[in-house]
Amino acid sequence: MFSLRINGSVREVDPPVGRTLAETLREDLGLTGTKVACGEGHCGACTVQLDGSPVLSCITLVHTVGDREVTTIEGLRDHPLVEAFVRTDALQCGFCTPGQIVSAAALVEAEPNPDVERIRHAMAGNLCRCGAYPRIEEAVLTWRD
Amino acid sequence: MARLIRTEKEVEGNYTEQWVVVEGDDALEQWPEGPRTVVGRPAPRQDGHQRARGQALYTADLALPGMLHAAVLRSPFARARVKKLELSRALQAPGVVGAIGPGDCHVLTLEPSFHGAPVAAVAADTLQRARAALELIDVEWEELEPLLDAEEAVRQESFLEEPRSYARGDLEAGFAEAEVVVEAEYRTQTVLHNSLETHQSVCRWEGDTLEVYISTQYIWGVRDSVAGQLGLPPDRVRVVCNFMGGGFGSKNSPGDYTYVAIALAGKTGAPIRCALTRREENLATGNRNSTIQRLRVGARSDGTLVALEGEFVNAVGWAGFSGPTYGPVEMLYACDNVRTLTYGTKLNLPPNAAFRAPGFVEGTFGLECVLDELAARLELDPLELRRRNHADHDLADGRPFSSKNLLECYRRAEPHWGRRDDVRASSNGPVQRGTGLASQIWYGGGGPPSYAWVRLGSDGRAAVITAMQDIGTGTRTAMAQIAAEELGLPLDRVRVELGDSARGPYASISAGSSTTPSMGPAVRAAAADAARQIVEIAAQRYHLEERVLSLEGGNVVSADGGSWPLEEVTGLLEDAQILGKGARGPNPTGMRVLTFGIQVADVSVDVETGEVRVDRIAAIHDVGRVINPLGARSQVEGGIIQGVGHTLSEERLVDPGTGTVLTQTLDAYKLPTIADVPEMVVELLDIPDQHLTNIGSKGLGEPPIVPTAAAIVNAIRDATGADVRSLPVSREEMLRALEEAREREKKLAAAPA
Repeated sequence: MFSLRINGSVREVDPPVGRTLAETLREDLGLTGTKVACGEGHCGACTVQLDGSPVLSCITLVHTVGDREVTTIEGLRDHPLVEAFVRTDALQCGFCTPGQIVSAAALVEAEPNPDVERIRHAMAGNLCRCGAYPRIEEAVLTWRD
Repeated sequence: MARLIRTEKEVEGNYTEQWVVVEGDDALEQWPEGPRTVVGRPAPRQDGHQRARGQALYTADLALPGMLHAAVLRSPFARARVKKLELSRALQAPGVVGAIGPGDCHVLTLEPSFHGAPVAAVAADTLQRARAALELIDVEWEELEPLLDAEEAVRQESFLEEPRSYARGDLEAGFAEAEVVVEAEYRTQTVLHNSLETHQSVCRWEGDTLEVYISTQYIWGVRDSVAGQLGLPPDRVRVVCNFMGGGFGSKNSPGDYTYVAIALAGKTGAPIRCALTRREENLATGNRNSTIQRLRVGARSDGTLVALEGEFVNAVGWAGFSGPTYGPVEMLYACDNVRTLTYGTKLNLPPNAAFRAPGFVEGTFGLECVLDELAARLELDPLELRRRNHADHDLADGRPFSSKNLLECYRRAEPHWGRRDDVRASSNGPVQRGTGLASQIWYGGGGPPSYAWVRLGSDGRAAVITAMQDIGTGTRTAMAQIAAEELGLPLDRVRVELGDSARGPYASISAGSSTTPSMGPAVRAAAADAARQIVEIAAQRYHLEERVLSLEGGNVVSADGGSWPLEEVTGLLEDAQILGKGARGPNPTGMRVLTFGIQVADVSVDVETGEVRVDRIAAIHDVGRVINPLGARSQVEGGIIQGVGHTLSEERLVDPGTGTVLTQTLDAYKLPTIADVPEMVVELLDIPDQHLTNIGSKGLGEPPIVPTAAAIVNAIRDATGADVRSLPVSREEMLRALEEAREREKKLAAAPA
């Protein structure tokens, strides 16, 4: 049994060795906003932040998180990026969208005015099969509008 | 009164005749052309916040009390015989509650015929334990020689269906008349859908009803298939899909996972989740199969097409369908002499599945590339060549089109096409730039049956109720817009309840670009039925004639200037509700309903490395009335991006010796990323089809992916003179085509003048 700091609160968990952060979030804590689409760290759908940095929760073992603050989409529900994604139509099926927003939130926290090159670099690890990319770019460019 | 009509139904080019019952007034006058109060104006997705905030519950997020997890043992061989299958050790493993083999479920087999074919399955309290137990299934495989090569399958006559032949006119006379003949062979690769939510379902028995929660494009198709397979009355199968994470054609049927979940639910008495892994997804959920296309085209010197011949080999796989790769050759241009022959080969490869405009994406690549090779031979402008061969009716059966504005698309393409001299001139060192175009033809008319209800409460808010699914296309929002328009309500007072076969009437499949043209007219008819009832009630309440009353801006208004908030009228009902019902009427008799368009691509080719970049794509499509310009643009862009992946990077690789699939993960199978996206210009004509339904809309999901590959490859020819003949345009293929072009130049230079 140990504690995880998640979205500003402390949660007790007791995961078996080998459990991933994504499994803990989704199955043990009911935080299903974090999606798992490949389970192998290739697609970015499971992105969460550890102390503000984006990480792939499907290949992060929960026992390695330590006292770092975990931020999931549930902790970013009021982030202006959510409104920007909806306004610009930056989602279609929406399955990759929480991961996109978590990645984008880390980017704009570090760089409030990223240019297109920077956005493309920072977001290239978040796949979107529907191809909402141009609107994701627009959403991140205009997130404070 | 219910009317019984015999009508033609089309899904992805397959036509069937069937009876439909039409209730309500499907024959409403279409709205005038152009944006209305709500319809035709950009509307953000109604479920956008839910999805963006991670609050939307997908099948992947569903956890039912007592739910067990299934894992499936799949064949590691392309062809094998299972000599021994023993489940007892797996059954004793920790957490395992049940296991099934071929005798327990019809999708499991002792003679797997493709890599990934399901053989057995276990259910355990956690997914990890279920997967671990798979290792404990004692299985002895006898590996057999697979048939993998499509040309060899043609020689062996290994077909899924009889070869399809088509002919019109006199092909030989056409070639005799031709002043120029161009012949070429094109190949397209196998590509994988890779929806981000993998194929999955959760099944449980609830009393005598089987509940199937599934990521699907067709709630009612799953219901009918499952009920038929189990011998249940259809209403004892309830199918639910509120949110789903993409399908692109691969989620039209229940799939092996649903039947595995049902069998294990029967065996264990518990709800079962069967969710495929990404690796299983890339083996066993379908694909756009590879093709070989041998094309021969004859033309007069003015560009008039006089003969078109195509032989197509579809490498379908062990099961699936032989797609209409021949479609564009037969349908796109006004050529009188056409012959096609199409083989659907049966191979020891995973079955195909519909993938966004199946057949036409592949066939358009071949046809539109050979046409550009012809234009080059004739020294004719490729756009002009297409104009000169415009078809003003369906050449196959003489039917008129319900509407066709392809020439207007061509006209609007001119400014984009006109940039090509500047694009070429911007070439720099080894980076050669050029512009290419390709036309688009596809279905997308939808059809009956489809039904919707509209319910209005005393609060003056409306709910559209229909058991359709929104697979990410934004149909939830489009349907709300249609109902809001008809009810004179602000959009935020209309919501759409969908996704449950027990809680709404029959709705069409979300495939074949058919959702909006099928469902939209039913929703409008249902809203009109509700509006009529409101007017009847208001007329009695305010002692006015019905004909002077209408619904606008959330009010009942009268011609003499009176206005009453809608909730004042519906408030009379207290807890009672108004229910409007609507049905999709038939398609116009004797007409061909199709979608059209053109795309113009600018590319950069590094002739030293073979790297190709798509710089810009202009897409102009004619899909009838546009309901939501915001969502429509997104769909077009998404289609183009999938097209760019299909053209440049995506390819399922199979070991040619063993038939095992090598690209099972998303690092090996290269989907486009945000860094691969070209500049895109989207123009939709937005001209309602006067003959098609009460809304005049066609479908939009598939048209944008159809011409992309050909436009890009034609731009490569424009940039470099190289004829790419095979997809994807890997660096190897690009360098091969460049080398071939250089050899050709050398020969030409060496030849006596």
